[in-house]
Amino acid sequence: MKPVLKRFIERFVEGLLALSGTVTTLTVLLIIVFLFGEGLSVFNTSPLESHNTLVINSTNPVAQLKPGQLKEVFDGNITNWQTIGGKNDSIILLTINSVSDFLSEEEIGMNFEFLPGKLDSLVSSNSGMLAVFPEKYLVANHQSKIVRVDKNNLPDFLSGKEWFPTAEPAVQLGTLPLIMGTLLVSIFAILFALPIGLATAIYMAEVANPKVRNVMKPVIELLSGIPSVVYGFFGLITIVPLIHDVFNLPVGETALAGSIVLGIMALPTIITVSEDAIRNTPRAMKEASLALGATKWQTISRVVLPYSMSGITAAAILGIGRAIGETMAVLMVTGNAAVMPHSLLQPVRTIPATIAAELGEAPQGGVHYKALFALGCILFIMTMAINIWVQYISNRRKFSK
Amino acid sequence: MNKMKKNLMTIAMSALISVSAIAQKVVIKGSDTVLPLSQKEAESYMKKNSGTSITVVGGGSGVGIAALLDGTTDIAMSSRSLKMDERMKLQDAGKAFKEVTIARDALAAIVHPSNKVSKLTREQLEGIYTGKIKNWKEVGGDDLQIVVYARETSSGTYEFFKEHVMNRKNYASSVLNMPATGAIIQSVSQTKGAIGYVGLAYVTKDVKDLAVSYDKGKTYATASVENAKNKTYPIVRPLFYFYPTAKEKAVKSFVDFILSAEGQKIVSEVGYITLN
Repeated sequence: MKPVLKRFIERFVEGLLALSGTVTTLTVLLIIVFLFGEGLSVFNTSPLESHNTLVINSTNPVAQLKPGQLKEVFDGNITNWQTIGGKNDSIILLTINSVSDFLSEEEIGMNFEFLPGKLDSLVSSNSGMLAVFPEKYLVANHQSKIVRVDKNNLPDFLSGKEWFPTAEPAVQLGTLPLIMGTLLVSIFAILFALPIGLATAIYMAEVANPKVRNVMKPVIELLSGIPSVVYGFFGLITIVPLIHDVFNLPVGETALAGSIVLGIMALPTIITVSEDAIRNTPRAMKEASLALGATKWQTISRVVLPYSMSGITAAAILGIGRAIGETMAVLMVTGNAAVMPHSLLQPVRTIPATIAAELGEAPQGGVHYKALFALGCILFIMTMAINIWVQYISNRRKFSK
Repeated sequence: MNKMKKNLMTIAMSALISVSAIAQKVVIKGSDTVLPLSQKEAESYMKKNSGTSITVVGGGSGVGIAALLDGTTDIAMSSRSLKMDERMKLQDAGKAFKEVTIARDALAAIVHPSNKVSKLTREQLEGIYTGKIKNWKEVGGDDLQIVVYARETSSGTYEFFKEHVMNRKNYASSVLNMPATGAIIQSVSQTKGAIGYVGLAYVTKDVKDLAVSYDKGKTYATASVENAKNKTYPIVRPLFYFYPTAKEKAVKSFVDFILSAEGQKIVSEVGYITLN
């Protein structure tokens, strides 16, 4: 009886383990499918918010507009049709939010029942009018002309330099400043963190006596336990004013501040992983080197470091991965201005910060919402590339043994 | 694929709801500006009426209104009025809703204490935030670059400022977006050329608030509770509750509590402006 029960329990536990493995894998896959499903749907949709349509007078020769031109028009920087390929006529704007400037409540009707007809006649009677309103208010046999707006597409999404996801009536989705900002901050974070981290790792693995190491190791591991918002606040209170004063800048919230904070945050990863790699150097190799008369420092630089190089590289890349995905700390210290970064002493905006800051307001299912998911896809591809790179490098180590 | 996604979501949602349904009766979701007020009001209300339970969740005005559309909240709190297309979505979904103003909030424009400028017109503020005015000397100050701070797009404050001060024009892309009101105060207090905007209740001694004119410089008014009440200070916004007419029974007594003298006392304690 007993062996049967034992076997049954073993089977049951095995089944449970298999189930949790399957569920985890499926969840991860579902999340990825969800991310890309939402993200990719931003392409081939119109940048006009919520099925709006763009209508002009039928005598107007303009047939197509770019989202960028629309933004300039609605910001009041373009006021004449001539600038965007029309006749010499000033532009009169009509949006659904400014309808009350043109029509009274009675003219619109309680449930907007008279609105479609009134809109059409307004546009037809004003030669310079540019009107934006929901498609359903366009009467079937309209006198006015519909203007096409370029759809969102991948090349523009990746190379556009203007990120105005809430611009009305057409959003501007250029992610280049965000991608560049993310890369700039992460790469410089690693440039700060790698030398310090590597030095600490060598010290702990080879130089420090066990007592010191037993104190240092937990302290460094504690660094990774501090919540990132605390790092952000620390950065905002201390590092930002410091940079502001030292470089005599108009503003302290810069890419440099972000890099320093991220560098500190990446330190535990770099130190722990590279220390492990250094400790993995076979004792026989070290002793052979010392027996040949090499000094301790020669042994470290000529034997230990070359042997653990791939582990150290993996540490650096994992550190970058940590930096690229970090949200809250960066959000607080980099200033978040979506401009193309030209130097480290300038505010930048990163992808994670953008998603965290904007998802709260984006109407669900809208262009802005989808664009944020597309940003998530870009981030996912970046970190996945980094993970594949790490795996490639650690595999290479196995072969070289 | 979409169906599968939806099914999964429903399962997760119903699991959540079945856990929480036992305790709570009213859910309030939305603007982070209204959040502290709603929380205080809910606490006092629950103390008075034992057995009722009110859950208050933040996330931004847009989150609350989206939840109202999905039916996942009983009340949406908002620091801005409904946008036309949100109004239309609600109408399309066949949801009649009610709008209640529960309090008001004044926005103060703040600068570094050492700044010589002490008043600006609406047009100058618009110029600064759209990036057309770049130096303090253009508005009567020192020769110093203006560093412009704004809230994130997820905040109702961002939209309100764009609508009422910037005349619906877009922010310049060089504007620094900060994740929280506290962060704006911190940054403005340590940056000489800075300008920012925050709710009146948040203004501290570390920053200087500006007098603002909405009539092209004829009269200026400083941001204060009195000036907001007697309508001389122009940048004042109402704080709203939206709820579906169908749920009026469940939420009515709480909304009435906020509008009562006792509820309005809490409004001024939290630092907002009472309705009367």
